[in-house]
Amino acid sequence: MPNTRILGIETSCDETAVAVYDHRQGLLAHVLHSQIDLHAYYGGVVPELASRDHIQRLLPLVREALSQAHTQPAELSAIAYTAGPGLLGALLVGAGVARSLAWGWGLPALAIHHLEGHLLAPLLEPDPPAFPFLCLLVSGGHTLLVDVQALGVYRILGESIDDAAGEAFDKTAKLLGLGYPGGAALAALALQGEPGRFSFPRPMTDRPGLDFSFSGLKTHALTTLRGLAGTDQDRADVAHAFEAAVVDTLCIKTRRALQQIQAQRVVVAGGVGANQRLRQQLAELAHSEGASVHYPRIAFCTDNAAMIALAGCLRLAHGSDPDLSICAQARWDLSSLRV
Amino acid sequence: MSCALKILAIETASEQCSAAVWYDGTLYQQSQLAPREHARLILPMMQAVLDEAGLSLSQLDAIAFGRGPGAFTGVRIAASVAQGSAFAADLPVLAISSLAALAQQGLDQGSRAVFAATDARMQEVYCASFGADAQGLAQPLTEEQVCSPQAVSLPVEPERFSGIGSGFASYPDALRQALGPRLTQYQPNAFAEAACVARLAVRAYHSGQQLPPEQAMPVYLRDHVADPPKRPPLGYR
Repeated sequence: MPNTRILGIETSCDETAVAVYDHRQGLLAHVLHSQIDLHAYYGGVVPELASRDHIQRLLPLVREALSQAHTQPAELSAIAYTAGPGLLGALLVGAGVARSLAWGWGLPALAIHHLEGHLLAPLLEPDPPAFPFLCLLVSGGHTLLVDVQALGVYRILGESIDDAAGEAFDKTAKLLGLGYPGGAALAALALQGEPGRFSFPRPMTDRPGLDFSFSGLKTHALTTLRGLAGTDQDRADVAHAFEAAVVDTLCIKTRRALQQIQAQRVVVAGGVGANQRLRQQLAELAHSEGASVHYPRIAFCTDNAAMIALAGCLRLAHGSDPDLSICAQARWDLSSLRV
Repeated sequence: MSCALKILAIETASEQCSAAVWYDGTLYQQSQLAPREHARLILPMMQAVLDEAGLSLSQLDAIAFGRGPGAFTGVRIAASVAQGSAFAADLPVLAISSLAALAQQGLDQGSRAVFAATDARMQEVYCASFGADAQGLAQPLTEEQVCSPQAVSLPVEPERFSGIGSGFASYPDALRQALGPRLTQYQPNAFAEAACVARLAVRAYHSGQQLPPEQAMPVYLRDHVADPPKRPPLGYR
């Protein structure tokens, strides 16, 4: 088999990222610019500002990644880019640059599904899980339980019917005065909270099924806060109760999914996968179910291009994009993918 | 000297999507009215005009793109494609005004001066006035701006202007009223085309306006794209 080396590009939301992945040598470079500071002032991602920033950042990052990887364009096998789902304007910048680079270099291009990147991210680690596995994908934009049978064979078992788990964290953090994005700050504050002072519901766990709903928890936090003086301890206690409710809910559904599909491995992907309480409870859960849990390193829980380059590397063996279209779509059903 | 020049130009700031090659004084163009299809069409069009001209990307001297103003997504498609293809082929880029490219069509039809105005949505137009240089190429007489159609004006000279662009399709009455009798005619159904971008790029090339690919940036004109929060978060004033 000839050597395969992929340039990966990711611009689906508020990170501009570029990586080079080699199927023998592994990850050769990954560089990233986060726009968090740009959007923090607005309390959320402003799509037009995200697009404007991507187009200023991307090409210098491509230069940097190639140099870090000691890679000449002639050594590349293909270019993989995130084609969706995500913010359309932001996606188009990465897709436009990536598809044009591939055209100019005479390379194949691969339009990659952002969530496929996330659920394959643990394969970037030294001891990667084998297919099949159950994937709990929890980020600011998505909450999904996916039955991953093989590359391109994904069955969605459950998903959030409203806010994503990470979104609920960030919105509740805002209510607690923790700024944006405050999910991690909320988790830190929760450590100071007194367990059991408040009891939040575990939404949709009292009925069968694997779907989630998190928007009610944010409202519950707001209602609870209104009845309080708002001392530091009050806020910490609310943070604790909120986090416990989200983590318990994710774990209850993950256990159900594990039992339903008889999976032996759980892969946790997405930014909320960095949450320590979630990691701890999932470890206990997996232990009691006789399954193993796999995480990408923290840097690859959140958006990155390494996972896109990896997905491109795996997909290239099955072919590449048939024409010169620049592919970008805001919505794209994960279960519609094939190889 | 200019005949030997080989430039590939693209223009996607409006509903019109086009690519053109300037080669040896000859123009090859592909153009299609195709709202929301630019991402699918632009690279095949670029390949087609190169094939028509019998050129490969690496033989070019520069890539030119319509840098706006225009639809944000459209001008970013042009910029990102110009960046990617120029970087890959190690070529410089030339950033050409989409309003100047539009005005060029009016000049080509015999007008001495053209007021170009495109619909900027939100009850505004992108606009500027242009005259012709010695070669008959569009030369700005005013700054480009985004403003309400009621607020536009013509420069003091020359006396007569023709109007061009989608602004005249969306706001004909307001523009006619604001510009007065010095506006002798207008053409509402014209869009900027890559062939005009290419011709203006030849001049830009000779005046040394080549940029490295990472500086191929859109010109938006409209910079207020998000309202500030009612209460700025902690740490901001």
